[in-house]
Amino acid sequence: MSRIKSKPLLFQIAAHAALGLYVIVLVMPLLWLLATSFKPTPEIYSGHPTFFPKQFSLAHYAGVMQEENILRSMWNSLAVGVISTVAVALIALPAAYALARFKSAANHLALGWILTSQIFPAILIMIPLYVVLRSLKLTDSLAGLTLVYVVWALPFVLWMLHGYLKGIPIELEEAAMIDGATRSQTLYRVLLPLLMPAVGAAMLFAFISAWNEFFFALVLMKSPSAVTLQVELARFTGMEGQARTGPLAAASVIATIPSVILFGAIQKWFSSGLLAGAMKN
Amino acid sequence: MFLNIIAPPPRKQRSKSPGAQQLGFLLPALMLVLLLSVVPLLRGIYLGFTDYRLGDAIQFNGLDNYAQMASDIYFWQSFRVGFLFTIIVTAAQVVLGLGLALLLNLKLRFTAIHGVLMLAPWAMPPIIRGIVWRQLYDPDTGALNAMLLNLGWISQPISWLASFQLAIPAVIIASVWGEIPKAAVFLLAGLKSIPADLYEAARLDGANARQAFRHVTLPMLKPVMAAIVSLTFMWNFNTFGLVWVLTQGGPGGLTRLPMLAAYEEAFRYGYVGYAAAIGNVMVVIIAMVLLMYLRLQLRERVA
Repeated sequence: MSRIKSKPLLFQIAAHAALGLYVIVLVMPLLWLLATSFKPTPEIYSGHPTFFPKQFSLAHYAGVMQEENILRSMWNSLAVGVISTVAVALIALPAAYALARFKSAANHLALGWILTSQIFPAILIMIPLYVVLRSLKLTDSLAGLTLVYVVWALPFVLWMLHGYLKGIPIELEEAAMIDGATRSQTLYRVLLPLLMPAVGAAMLFAFISAWNEFFFALVLMKSPSAVTLQVELARFTGMEGQARTGPLAAASVIATIPSVILFGAIQKWFSSGLLAGAMKN
Repeated sequence: MFLNIIAPPPRKQRSKSPGAQQLGFLLPALMLVLLLSVVPLLRGIYLGFTDYRLGDAIQFNGLDNYAQMASDIYFWQSFRVGFLFTIIVTAAQVVLGLGLALLLNLKLRFTAIHGVLMLAPWAMPPIIRGIVWRQLYDPDTGALNAMLLNLGWISQPISWLASFQLAIPAVIIASVWGEIPKAAVFLLAGLKSIPADLYEAARLDGANARQAFRHVTLPMLKPVMAAIVSLTFMWNFNTFGLVWVLTQGGPGGLTRLPMLAAYEEAFRYGYVGYAAAIGNVMVVIIAMVLLMYLRLQLRERVA
């Protein structure tokens, strides 16, 4: 498959064309969003939309930046995302260490749970969780949502760190422990520096999941001051009213930027040995 | 499983005596998962056998919810659409994702740029994907109508998402668009793990490219394929956000996928027990389909 150089010219042209088609289909909708966000409102409603804005305007971005509800929801998403990300790393790191370095029934249980939990629709967890959180007065509260996101990201982060830890030779820790270091010291002083790339990638992943998440936030957050960006934007589409297309496009671009940039940052990680070959070329 | 791809392969470990220390390390994670994931889940399953409404007392009612479902046309409609949606999206996503993975695996020029660009739909929030497509489909301002009108293929703007014929295809296309990159990335990983000497051997045996694909690529890709199909099937069946933004289940409940139906029963009408019962049916259906699919895969390999 990789001996493309020996392939006939016609094949190469066809392959390039096919790949180009994929890129166009995958990227065009995003470019349309971007273009819309820069078009002045009359142009959007002119009835003859063109791909490139005839007039370039930042008015929608300026407008969005003045909408209190959107700014507050952005802040909420950021706060929930950052706090849950830090919390999930702090909790997952020792747990991943225990799963990787001690052999016990807990390992099978934990890893089995991580996989089987994929099968359950979020609604089955959400209903009782909602009842519990409501009795704790944690619905409509950023603290409650943060807690939910920690649990939600935990399995994947745990899995990722666990796998990475298993790849680190145990001799290093044994040397440290012979020198009298405790387990925690070994973990935080000896292993953590080695684990930093994995922890970083896992944290970025956790942040993206929290930032992108919609269902839990929709159910739990009701008051306008507490909703997250995704919920706010979804409400935006509901009450749309026609004149909202431009501002909505601008807000959507803003909401997408963190995810795409962070995803780009960890993409190498997803693809180490994965996309790696394709990327090098 | 597929998650293994992400981390380096495990090395052999010497086992240490487990003890209080291990528990200490595990405790915070364990408590959280137990309290906020395992217990709610078990309770959620139980609630599916009760007539619970928010604020009321919980009363066990056996299989009443399921008996009610049997004659609930909205339930049937929702699951019929859910099935149609899930099967088409999963199949299209895997086939188109495989096409993209094969192309990327050819190591053509500019693959790096292509790789980055095509990941964007995957990275973006599902809600924003929905907004993107809502704007494309918009009858007055959308790109789709503008393009088709310009080409002269249609003479009147079409309300894609409000049409009884077109709403389901429109939702399916938007979903497939967002899911292709995910399938492609995992399938590409699978392609890269196929040893090059297998292709060499096939070539020496006189196989052409198509034969090599049929007799080397596809069989070697089977385990990854089974994992991707299973996972994407589950994820697609449990879709919520994208459809919520596109149609909110409309027109006339036509695109009300099972998750939307369950959400509405619980949080719009307050029939929590019934909603949990819908969730239970979803789990059973997913489990059955996965079991059937994996058994089929296994049998083929044995044969």
